[in-house]
Amino acid sequence: MFLVIGSNMTEAHPVAATFVKNAVLNGARLVVVDPRRHRLVDFADMHLPLKVGSDIALLNAIMHVLIEENLYDKAFVAEHTTGFDQLKETVQACPPEKAAPVCGIDATTIRKVARLLASVKPVMVCYTLGITEHTCGKNNVMSVANLQMLLGNMGVEMGGVNPLRGQNNVQGACDMGALPNVYPGYQPVTDAKACEKFETAWQTTGMSQEVGLMIPQMMDGLVDGKVRGFYIFGENLANTEPDIHKVEHELASAEFLVVQDIFLNETTRFADVVLPAAAWSENDGTFTNSERRVSRVRTASPAPGVAMPNWWIFREIARRFGHAWPSNSGREIWDNEISMLAPSLGGIKYHRIEGDGLQWPCPTVEHPGTAYLHRGGQFTCGLGRFTPAEWTPPAEVPDENYPLVLSTGRRLYHYHTRTQTGRCEGLNDLLGEETADISFVDADRLGIENGERIRVKSRRGEVAVRANVTPEVPQGMVWMAFHFREGNANWLTNAAFDPFTLTAEYKACAVRIEKM
Amino acid sequence: MAQGSISINGNRFPFEPEQTILQIAENNQIRIPTLCYLKGASPTGACRICVVEVEGARSLLAACSTPAVDGMVVHTESPRVVASRRETLELLLASGNHNCAIGSTREKDWTAFQMQAAASDNGEDLCPAWGDCRLQDLAYHYQVEGGKYPRTTPPYPMETVNPLIVRDFSRCILCGRCVQACNEIQVNRAIDFGYRGVAAKVVAGTDVPLKDSQCVFCGECIQACPTGALVEKKARFVWRPWKNRKIRTTCPYCGVGCQQWLHVQDDRIVKVTGVEDGAPNQGRLCVKGRFGYDFIYSDERLKTPLIREGDDFREASWDEALDLVADRFKAIIKESGSDALAGVSCARSINEDSYQMQKLFRGVFKTNNIDHCART
Ligand code: SF4
Ligand code: SF4
Ligand code: FES
Repeated sequence: MFLVIGSNMTEAHPVAATFVKNAVLNGARLVVVDPRRHRLVDFADMHLPLKVGSDIALLNAIMHVLIEENLYDKAFVAEHTTGFDQLKETVQACPPEKAAPVCGIDATTIRKVARLLASVKPVMVCYTLGITEHTCGKNNVMSVANLQMLLGNMGVEMGGVNPLRGQNNVQGACDMGALPNVYPGYQPVTDAKACEKFETAWQTTGMSQEVGLMIPQMMDGLVDGKVRGFYIFGENLANTEPDIHKVEHELASAEFLVVQDIFLNETTRFADVVLPAAAWSENDGTFTNSERRVSRVRTASPAPGVAMPNWWIFREIARRFGHAWPSNSGREIWDNEISMLAPSLGGIKYHRIEGDGLQWPCPTVEHPGTAYLHRGGQFTCGLGRFTPAEWTPPAEVPDENYPLVLSTGRRLYHYHTRTQTGRCEGLNDLLGEETADISFVDADRLGIENGERIRVKSRRGEVAVRANVTPEVPQGMVWMAFHFREGNANWLTNAAFDPFTLTAEYKACAVRIEKM
Repeated sequence: MAQGSISINGNRFPFEPEQTILQIAENNQIRIPTLCYLKGASPTGACRICVVEVEGARSLLAACSTPAVDGMVVHTESPRVVASRRETLELLLASGNHNCAIGSTREKDWTAFQMQAAASDNGEDLCPAWGDCRLQDLAYHYQVEGGKYPRTTPPYPMETVNPLIVRDFSRCILCGRCVQACNEIQVNRAIDFGYRGVAAKVVAGTDVPLKDSQCVFCGECIQACPTGALVEKKARFVWRPWKNRKIRTTCPYCGVGCQQWLHVQDDRIVKVTGVEDGAPNQGRLCVKGRFGYDFIYSDERLKTPLIREGDDFREASWDEALDLVADRFKAIIKESGSDALAGVSCARSINEDSYQMQKLFRGVFKTNNIDHCART
């Protein structure tokens, strides 16, 4: 059985969705929790079109029913978890009747879905950015984990919590320590031993043991002058961050901005130096997918002009600071450095991943890799800890002036800001411009025709786009993507962040629509 | 648990419950030709190329859809079987524009046929599936030259009104693999069989062009098609198996990490297919994975370092650009300390790049101000 929550899988992860659909055709049950009636809903036993940002209320109410009706996995909770009493206390305060008006799902349905979830084992939860891109993103993730522990669905094949990664190598970038708080392999920068280990390996001294800045803090730093030199590698921040006006002001404030990319884009407009990089198929290296599988990437053709691999560019800059880095190819970097320094990757070497990749943890070269974590209920920190959370509304909710909720995401035919797909023959023809997806009810009320150009306004900006009137979107919602500069939803989105992860609330802000 | 055994071409093999004759043969390296059978989907028994002789059975049986029964005695290449396969192939070859030069020496009206096929293709080349066609392979293998039956003129024109997939009904043998790929593998439910008898056709929706149907252009149907009936528009008449080098790689789009074959000719990717049996995608791809490769050949690619000059950029050498970056960063560190630098790494690029960038910030610049868009 699958519980798919906050994930429009058929568009964002089409191939993963095919396996879910195959399983459903073979008799698996499927529950979809999503404000939108997207294509996977056609395959679902139940669809819960909850209100945007009400996930915690719904999940707590489901857990309330599981505990109230004694449907949870008592053995798993007793043997493998701690914190049950706090969880119980929190969810007891959230009966379905109380959650119903918050999430727009009636109490009977909530009870029904709880019973359904308890009736089948294992249940696999898949979620995407519909869960994380909220001011309560971290609490959303915790609540999903709470539910799975309560149901005893952790540490079993086809169970667990499966975040589907949006970009191809988000998992890898985290594993590699492109984060302000950890070295490769999640070794904390605040740990003196870890710091020493990396200083030795990198033949350097005096490394910082203080946690660094996250992107939103860096952006603030550009404005107040704390960050003077800014180096952006491969991210089109000017289109992908919330509230474009604000971002552009921040980028324009940068004293010295280096952008390394494969195309000029909205972000390079602010650059002092632009460095041309080799692209995907012009490199030898590895990607790590959502299942933590490290697979090879290979060179098919040479880079244009004098464009060079990114790793080479970083190495050259290091050289200018007097650091001679020995590794001189993707393979040497991986085999001689990364897999030597990150214990969970220790057994992964290029010669082992000629064909299929390996899933970490894979500590030794004899190790077959690990298909799923927490096997047999064994959590890395001993017992699985319940971390109860209470529902909090999005930072900006609809009101009289801005009565609709804007939620954003990506569409099938494009990817991010289209620096890639916009330049592929055919893909642009299939989807050539941004639209605002709205419900029939709202369209009727405002007298808007399908395909008519309308204005979408928020407190931060406005865009003019065509209306796409569709049964997929519920009343009260506008849904848009961020693939096109013109009509980009991020002119409208709110730069409000989860206090722990600083993930922006792309999934909810208040807007109004107008005829033009 | 073995359920007994069957004999194939004189050798005995044990089998598991519900295995078909074809599966047992394949497990034991005995080749039985197939056309319509698609791994991972339910067998339809439509093409009858896989027929085998089973002692005691009145007619030949389709190996792909016949379950094994204890004690069966099977012959996979008996004279009766071969005759039947040749007949099947003759009929298939007569059914459309199979102009890959099979039978070019025998058939007297070959030239006229060739011209007609070329006109329908709007080109002079031989069939775009030349060298990668199961029908062609089998025709050579069983030495079938076509021409035994009069050729029928294909009843439906080619469909080219979408940017990615060419549907050439003149080369469709109605095996149904595409229908299964779409309905059972990808479960997009865009295409199915329509009409009956000689008018039979694989239709999208109510026989509308793909672009107006439920089709999501995943291209799974192209990968499944054994002939030249479904081809990638961008690769048609460009991709040729004898010019081609295949390189395995990982898709650059979403976090599923599908395994792809890049088909490379003259240093250029000309098409992409899924790696059958490869983890995690088992040969499947989506529209971006299959068709989203040519951005790397865009004229707008950055080809040289650029340095700002007023409102514009000027071209620079690597040495000049990198010296400038290093000098400015050194100056900032000296004046304001290491934490006055910050960097954003790329969640799309290879691990080795992200590793190097954080190493640069931590080990060389001495700051932990390094992050990436993990959260979008
Ligand atoms: S289009 Fe290809 S796969 Fe589909 S029925 Fe025709 S020959 Fe078979
Ligand atoms: S491209 Fe995909 S969705 Fe479209 S007909 Fe082929 S298999 Fe079906
Ligand atoms: S392959 Fe068995 S009938 Fe077609």
